[in-house]
Amino acid sequence: MSVISLTVNGNPVTVDVEARSLLSRVLRDQLSLTGTHVGCDTSQCGACVVHVDGKPVKSCTMLAVQAAGTDVTTIEGLARDGKLHPMQEAFRENHGLQCGFCTPGMIMSAVALAEHNPDLDEAAVRKGLEGNLCRCTGYQNIVHAVLDGAKAMRG
Amino acid sequence: MYEFTFHQPETLDEAAQIFAHADDGQFIAGGQTIVPVMKQRLAMPSDIIDLGRISDLEGISLDGDLLTIGAMTTHAEVAASQDVKKAIPALAHLADEIGDPAVRNRGTIGGSIANNDPAADYPAALLGLGATIHTVTRAIPTDDFFTGMFETALDEGEVIVRVSIPVPEKAAYVKFPQPASRFALVGVFVAKTADGVRVAVTGAGPCVFRVKEMEQALDKDFSAAVLKGISVPDDGLNSDLHASADYRASLVSTLARRAVAQAQ
Repeated sequence: MSVISLTVNGNPVTVDVEARSLLSRVLRDQLSLTGTHVGCDTSQCGACVVHVDGKPVKSCTMLAVQAAGTDVTTIEGLARDGKLHPMQEAFRENHGLQCGFCTPGMIMSAVALAEHNPDLDEAAVRKGLEGNLCRCTGYQNIVHAVLDGAKAMRG
Repeated sequence: MYEFTFHQPETLDEAAQIFAHADDGQFIAGGQTIVPVMKQRLAMPSDIIDLGRISDLEGISLDGDLLTIGAMTTHAEVAASQDVKKAIPALAHLADEIGDPAVRNRGTIGGSIANNDPAADYPAALLGLGATIHTVTRAIPTDDFFTGMFETALDEGEVIVRVSIPVPEKAAYVKFPQPASRFALVGVFVAKTADGVRVAVTGAGPCVFRVKEMEQALDKDFSAAVLKGISVPDDGLNSDLHASADYRASLVSTLARRAVAQAQ
């Protein structure tokens, strides 16, 4: 076991982890942040996407020990003062989810995409979400939601 | 995943010492291959040595006609680099098509070529561009580096430090992605370099390879038309549920023509 310190959703955290523990597992099982979902556990579905130092990564494909000293944001870290993040609000408004399992990863990918691409269009959204699989919606409303959410984030 | 001891050295010397003392050491770069492999219990290293904190392995620089990329540079960094976009736009484009954004934020050029997956994109680029792989001990031309399926010329414990790539006159990479994994079902990298045209193919065979017959034809006339009628034999090409060897051979010809037409 090794003790690692990192920042999670703005709060300093120190946690004792096994070397083989995945970041997704530590977030969910040790820090009780179960908003990060583990879908395929094989790096394909993107339900486990979180931001590490501002960049979306698949937390099921990163060792927790590698996250020592980093700044991690999970879906729980997006809302402010009880108010949904604009991207979360856009998913709600546009019916961008059905079962909701993929939604945390979708939103974390979408927020990073919007932050790094001021001129998002539909093609860029579809390419940007290639690593996030949804088995319910057919993506149409997700794409609408991301475009709307990106617009709202620009204010 | 089996248990292992984790190390995070800050220098290459320290990494080498840890590797030398480990029973079965394994370096980890971006981890986008080794982590899934360990999760499936297909690998059981005693020690995992993370290269992520070694500053010697970072950075992109363009010096005249030579582009240098540190081994731990992520695909996202290569795709976004102004130096890469200016010098070899085909390479920036290739990096931007690897996997998906989250994978590109972790996966590295050094990790990709050390792994030498038969369907990976970077081996095609580096072989096609006639790059040189610089390790802690030597410089290896790419023609000698990729030796077989998941096999390279790297010795036990030999770490890639950087790759240096001569800037070509023009180049392009066209791939037909396997739609689920986004690995190349077939990918063809074509480059017109100072030493002649190079055509490198990934995804089709057990290891990236060059197509000399196409290169000789393109040396005389760099046009898509000149490739009409030139094909690679399907003997020894990969055949699986996604594509037969015959289909892959056909894709090599088609994608090579497209790459020549797109080269800039």
